[in-house]
Amino acid sequence: MSAEPMKSDLGLYDYLPWPNRPKIVWPGNKKIAVWIAPNIEFYEYNPPNNPTRTPWARPNPDVLQYSHRDYGNRAGWQRMMAAMDRAGFRGSVSLNVALCDHHPEIIKACADRGWEFFSHGIYNTRYVYNLDIEQEREIIRDAFDTVRKHTGQELAGWLSPALSNNFWTMDILSEAGIQYTCDMFHDDQPMPVKVKSGKLISMPYSLEMNDVIVYNTQKVTPRHYGEIIKRQFDQLYKEGDESGTVMCIPLHPYLVGQPHRIDAFAEAIEYIAGHDGVWQTTGREIAAAYHSTGAYDAMSAAIAAYNAGPKDAGPKSAGKETR
Amino acid sequence: MSMPEDYLKYPERHYGMDHDRYDWSDLFQRAPVVWPNGARIALSIVTHVQHFPLDMPSKPFKAPGALSMPYPDFRYYTNRDYGNRVGIFRILRLLGEKGLKASFAINGIIASRYPALLDAVVEGGHEVVAHGLDMGKVHHSGLSEEDENAIIAEALGLLRQASGQKVEGWLSPGRAQGFNTPDLLAKNGVTYGLDWANDDLPYQMRTKNGVLIAMPMAYETDDRVVADEYFQSEADWVQQVKDRFDVLYRESADYGGRVMSLPIHSWVSGMPYRVEYLREVLDYILSHEGVWNAPAGEICAAFMKAGQPA
Repeated sequence: MSAEPMKSDLGLYDYLPWPNRPKIVWPGNKKIAVWIAPNIEFYEYNPPNNPTRTPWARPNPDVLQYSHRDYGNRAGWQRMMAAMDRAGFRGSVSLNVALCDHHPEIIKACADRGWEFFSHGIYNTRYVYNLDIEQEREIIRDAFDTVRKHTGQELAGWLSPALSNNFWTMDILSEAGIQYTCDMFHDDQPMPVKVKSGKLISMPYSLEMNDVIVYNTQKVTPRHYGEIIKRQFDQLYKEGDESGTVMCIPLHPYLVGQPHRIDAFAEAIEYIAGHDGVWQTTGREIAAAYHSTGAYDAMSAAIAAYNAGPKDAGPKSAGKETR
Repeated sequence: MSMPEDYLKYPERHYGMDHDRYDWSDLFQRAPVVWPNGARIALSIVTHVQHFPLDMPSKPFKAPGALSMPYPDFRYYTNRDYGNRVGIFRILRLLGEKGLKASFAINGIIASRYPALLDAVVEGGHEVVAHGLDMGKVHHSGLSEEDENAIIAEALGLLRQASGQKVEGWLSPGRAQGFNTPDLLAKNGVTYGLDWANDDLPYQMRTKNGVLIAMPMAYETDDRVVADEYFQSEADWVQQVKDRFDVLYRESADYGGRVMSLPIHSWVSGMPYRVEYLREVLDYILSHEGVWNAPAGEICAAFMKAGQPA
């Protein structure tokens, strides 16, 4: 915690209402970009404490929670991967990069399938809270180096470890060459992020499609999770007639990979894959298309114009006039 | 503000696990396990039998199901005790009707409080597993080795004496352990534990006192978790248990035997409105060919006898 006063707004993006935006056209004229982001994580047995967040609810070692997470790396990941293979989805792995050192076998299986790796910090039990900016830059360097060394890939995406952030995080991610962040849930389309350098975009990830939120916070049954995935898809697919949308399904193999959960999930993604207008893709590919089709520039211009609207009329009525 | 330099140092960042208790192993790459008579599924029913002391401490944490109202909490003390007076007998009768043998994970103190309960479990032909001393005595790293050893020895002693069984299985209250727990369990003659939730098959754990087998026990399809943590209906519990079985059963055709664990609580599934849901689950599982039911200790022994790699 710094001694600076708290802010009332993130200040990372400007408002742009959903109707009448510049049209996004995905490759092949697909209506919706669907990407699946498995969080392949390593939680430490005996992690150090952080004053802002204690890693485990019980004193170290919290063997029940630790072993529950470990289930994902012994058993769950295989079921999840098999379900994604059957539906023709590649993963965009939200990776605790230390997993490259601990479980290279899992990394290889993902790499062999052409999956993308993006960074989810070093361990899910190490947060960026209370780090200074140079310490946080060190984590970013570590992530780039580790993923390059083990997979040959250059990182494009970032999801902060356990969704912990500082106000400078987006600036230093962009400065390091990160192209998209998954930490903000304010839209169903990629959106420019206001950073000091570079063209960082906010990639639609999702809190409400995220299995950990669905199962553990919303207390939803596995079969109902399958239903809400399909409903989320149906709506975004329909709206994709007007302009390209993005749907992300964030996963955790220790949860969705449990025997009592995998089939309902598998059925839902096969349902999605059965639609012609679906672009089954990855975070990196969506970011690339967003730039190459001019969507980033068009959206930036629309945001600037909207927020520069006549003061007396107000931005909201300016938006309505375009109808 | 910054964090100490050590926060960005990772001494256990290397191949495999970040501790020495066991090796990493991929469930789907192991040599197939063969159960007796070629069974595909070993059905392991574990009934929790628990005593929540009225004055149970809240530090360092409470085990799930703990009393939560201001002292004296008549409400939850008696609701949990219902399981020991009534609920368990409903479950015992149902198991008897089905000819099933289960493990009963019993707080040691119950052996001295309710000897009739122990007798009924033993007479039913079931296995007694030690479930710590009582639900207020959680195991954690703040306990001295000496104090933790005393709790383990007392719990095992009470249950061994009352049951006449060897009592070689262990389930910690709240499935909680300290750094020393596996070493102390092995030292006290425990051969397998049910605390770790990371596998669908048994595997070997290292201790200072020899091998301890980690037996699989589902976490999220436990009747108490579904009812009291997820607030889902009994029908939802049944569906998830059936779905869990279906996937394990299917996998057993390609990958060898699996363990289907069914953790239940005498004060949850022993309720009048819940016990028939338990019957539904058991009927469903038993309607399949190749299901072998045995207490967890027998399943563990079969696993070891087959010389299965960890």
